[in-house]
Amino acid sequence: MSSRSRIPFFFAILLLIAAGISIATWRHVELGIPWFTGEQKPVWMVEARVDFDGTGEPVLASLNIPDQPPQFRIISEQAASPGYGFSIVDDSGERRAEWSKRNVSGPQTLYFKVQLIPDDRALGSQPKRPPKPEPVFWEEPQATAVEELLQQAAERSSTPESMTRELIKLLQPDQGAQNTTLLVSEANYIDLLTRMLNHAGIPARTADGLALEDARRRQQLRPFLQIYDGSRWLTFNPRTAEQGLPEHVLLWRQAAASLLDIVGGDNSDVSFSMLRQTIPALQLAQAQSSENGLGFLSLYQLPIEEQSMFRMLLLLPLGALVVAFMRIVVGIRTSGTFMPILIAVAFVQTTLIPGLIAFISVVAIGLLMRGYLSSLNLLLVSRISALIILVIFITAGLSIAGYQMGFNTGMTVTFFPMVIIAWTIERMSILWEEEGAREVFVQGAGSLFVAVCAFLIMSAPLASHLTFNFPELHFVVLGLILLMGQYTGYKLTELRRFYPMKAYN
Amino acid sequence: MGWISPFKLNQLGMLNMNRRNVDYIARYNSRSSYPLVDNKLKTKLVVAEYDVRTPRLLQVVRQQHEISHFREMAEDLDGFAIKPAKGSGGKGITVITGRDDNDYVKASGSRVSSSHLERHLSNILAGLYSLAGTPDVAIVENLVESIPSLAKYSFQGVPDIRIVVFQGYPVMAMLRLATTASDGKANLHQGAVGVGLNIANGHSLNAVQFNRPITLHPDTGLALENLVIDDWQEMLVMASRCYEATGLGYMGVDLVVDANEGPLLLELNARPGLAIQMANGRGLLPRLRQIEALRRTHFTPEERAAFAMDTFTSKT
Repeated sequence: MSSRSRIPFFFAILLLIAAGISIATWRHVELGIPWFTGEQKPVWMVEARVDFDGTGEPVLASLNIPDQPPQFRIISEQAASPGYGFSIVDDSGERRAEWSKRNVSGPQTLYFKVQLIPDDRALGSQPKRPPKPEPVFWEEPQATAVEELLQQAAERSSTPESMTRELIKLLQPDQGAQNTTLLVSEANYIDLLTRMLNHAGIPARTADGLALEDARRRQQLRPFLQIYDGSRWLTFNPRTAEQGLPEHVLLWRQAAASLLDIVGGDNSDVSFSMLRQTIPALQLAQAQSSENGLGFLSLYQLPIEEQSMFRMLLLLPLGALVVAFMRIVVGIRTSGTFMPILIAVAFVQTTLIPGLIAFISVVAIGLLMRGYLSSLNLLLVSRISALIILVIFITAGLSIAGYQMGFNTGMTVTFFPMVIIAWTIERMSILWEEEGAREVFVQGAGSLFVAVCAFLIMSAPLASHLTFNFPELHFVVLGLILLMGQYTGYKLTELRRFYPMKAYN
Repeated sequence: MGWISPFKLNQLGMLNMNRRNVDYIARYNSRSSYPLVDNKLKTKLVVAEYDVRTPRLLQVVRQQHEISHFREMAEDLDGFAIKPAKGSGGKGITVITGRDDNDYVKASGSRVSSSHLERHLSNILAGLYSLAGTPDVAIVENLVESIPSLAKYSFQGVPDIRIVVFQGYPVMAMLRLATTASDGKANLHQGAVGVGLNIANGHSLNAVQFNRPITLHPDTGLALENLVIDDWQEMLVMASRCYEATGLGYMGVDLVVDANEGPLLLELNARPGLAIQMANGRGLLPRLRQIEALRRTHFTPEERAAFAMDTFTSKT
C-alpha cells in the first residue's frame, strides 16, 4: 500500500474506534450501564400503608399510585397484602392499585411498595389532549371579591405562571386585603386557589407530593398546585409561590381525583414510610434496558445459558489482541499462532498455577510417549489420533492421581482442549528432532508467556464486565488489531537480533 | 549481546520482518504464484522452460504404495536426496551420500536403514513437513556434488548461494556453509555460516554464524575473506530468470554449483529471510528503494544482472 492509499484505511480505522467508543459512551449515558464493576446507585424505596376497618362486606380498596412522576423513574412496584386479590389498573390516564376480598372484618393493613431512582431528565407525564379550565360558579359576595383579586393579579402579570405567582401572593393573609380575608380560610385555601385559577381560564389542579427523607415513617402527603401552561403541567408551592418541584419530592398523586377509595370499609388512612437504599448500577441498568428500547443492544436479553457462553466468547478478542501485540510488536515466537489463546481460555477455567502445572505435565509426559510413537513408523493421521487418545489417558491419570493425593486441582486438567494439546506435542516433538531442545524451550516458554499475559487480561473482572456489557468496544479491539496489521516498524526482539549490525555503522 | 536503537537500524537500512511482510511480500508477490515456489516439483517444471537447470529428478513418490518402488529404484544408486515437495526451510530433506551394505549413509555420516527412509517417505506423504500440513509428494533427486573449490569450505553438506531477487534484479547474495552445529544443513538459524557476497563480482564480504561476525569457518578453519564464486554473472542471470518464470517480485533464489553440471537451481523461496543482511553487513532497504525508484526497468535477465553488477558494489 502506498502512503496515499493508506489515508482512507486509517480514516476507516479511526471511524471504527470512534464508533465503538461513542456507542459505548451513549449507552453509558442513556442506559446508565456503569463503566466499572461494583458501582452503586441510590434508590428510594417508598411504602404506602393503607389501614381500614372491615365491616364484614366485600371490600374493594383502590389506591392511586405514581404514574411517571417528574424527577423520578420507577424501577419496580410490589404489593403485599395476604389474602387479597391484587391488580394494577390503568383507568383513563390514572394508575390505581386495587385490592379486593370477599369477606372482611376487623382492622386491615395493605402495603404497596415502589422503588424509584432520582432522574433529572424525567419530566413527568404529558396529557394527550390539552386540558381545559373547569367552569366555576361563585355566589355573591365571593364572586365580586374573586373578580377583583383576579383583576389585580392580571394587571401585575403577563403569563399564566406570573398570574399564578401574583394570585398566591395576594391570597396570603399578611397582605391584609379585605377580599382575601373574606375568601380565605385555612381549610379551603388550596381548593380556592385552583378554582380561582380555573375561573381565570388557567387549567389548574392539585397534586400530592411526598418529601423523601431517609428512614422516615408515617409521613403524610403535602399538597402542591399544578397549572397547565399550554405545553405541560407546572408545579408551584401553594404558599410561597415558588415554582418548580423541590428536590427529593415525589409527586404521588397527579391526575387522579382521589388518593384512596374504599368500598366496604371505614376509618381508612394512608401513610408512607421510606428508605434510601443502594443497589448495583448494573442491576439497575438491566431493569431499565428492557423498557426504553435500547435494550436490543444488550446481551442480557439472551437466555442465561447463551449469556454465559457469550461471556467467554467476548473475551477471545482480547486474547487475540494480546497475541497480535506479542507477535507483531514484541516478536515473541509461539508454537502455533493462536494456541496461546486456547491455553489462556483453559487457564480461565482452571486458575493460573494449577493450570500451568497441569499443562506442563501433560505436554512433558506426552513428549515422552511421542518418542515411542515415532519409532513405530506410523502414518501422520493415525499418530496424531493415537496421541489424542494418549493425552486423554494422561489427563485421566493426572486427575485420578491428583484426587488420590488430595489435590482437587488435578481435575482441572480436563478443561484443556485435547486436540490442541495433541498437536502441540506433535509440533514440539518435530521441533525437538529438527532444531534441538533449545528451540522447543524458546517456543514453549514464548507460548506460555503469551498465554499467561492473555489470561491475566481476560481474567480481570473489568475486562469481562466491559466486553460483556459494552460489546461495541470490540470495534476498538478490531481497530487496534487492524492497525497492528499495518505496523512495519522493528519488533522489540529484532533490536536484539540485529545488534551485531552496530559493527558496520 | 546488547540492544541496538531502531533509529540506527533505520539509518543502516535494515529491512525488518513486519516491513518485509507488508511492503514487499504482500505487495509484490501475488498469491497465485505461491504454489509455484512452495512446491519444488512445480518449480522444477516451470523454471525448466526458462533455461534454468535443476538437479535431475529421479523419482516422484505420490502414493503410499509407491514407496515400495522407491526401494527398487534406490538399489542401484549411490547418492540421492529425498525432499518433500512442499517443505519449507530445508525441513524433511534427507541427503544420502553413499551405501554401507544394506544401509544408507547420510551426509552427516550416520547410517540409516531402508525402512527408516520408507518411514520418512510416508511422513512426507502425510504432510508432516508441508506448510499447512496438507498431503504432499516426495521427490527423489540426483545428489549434487559440489565443486571442490567451494566444497572445501563447508563441513559436510553442499554450500549453496542465496540470492535475493527484487523485481527481477539480484539485490543481495550470500554463500551458506554447513557446520557441525547446523548438522550439515545450510540454514543460518540452525548454525550454518553465512558469507556475504559482493553482487558486483562474487567476492566474499564478511561472514556470520549465529548472527555474530566470524573470519574463519568454525569447523574447517579456512579463512572466509578471499573467497570467490566462479561464473558469477551466469548465476545472477539464472536468478534473474526465475522472476520471469514465477512472476514473484520479491524472492530468494537458492543455487548450488555442481561439479559436473555447473550452477543448478535448488529451490525458490517467496519469503526469504532477513539474515542475509547480517552476512553482508548492510541493509536491504536502500537497494530495494533504488530498484523501486527506477523509471524504466530492464527487459532481459542479462540486462538486469548487468545493471545490478554495476550498481550494487560493496560500497552501496
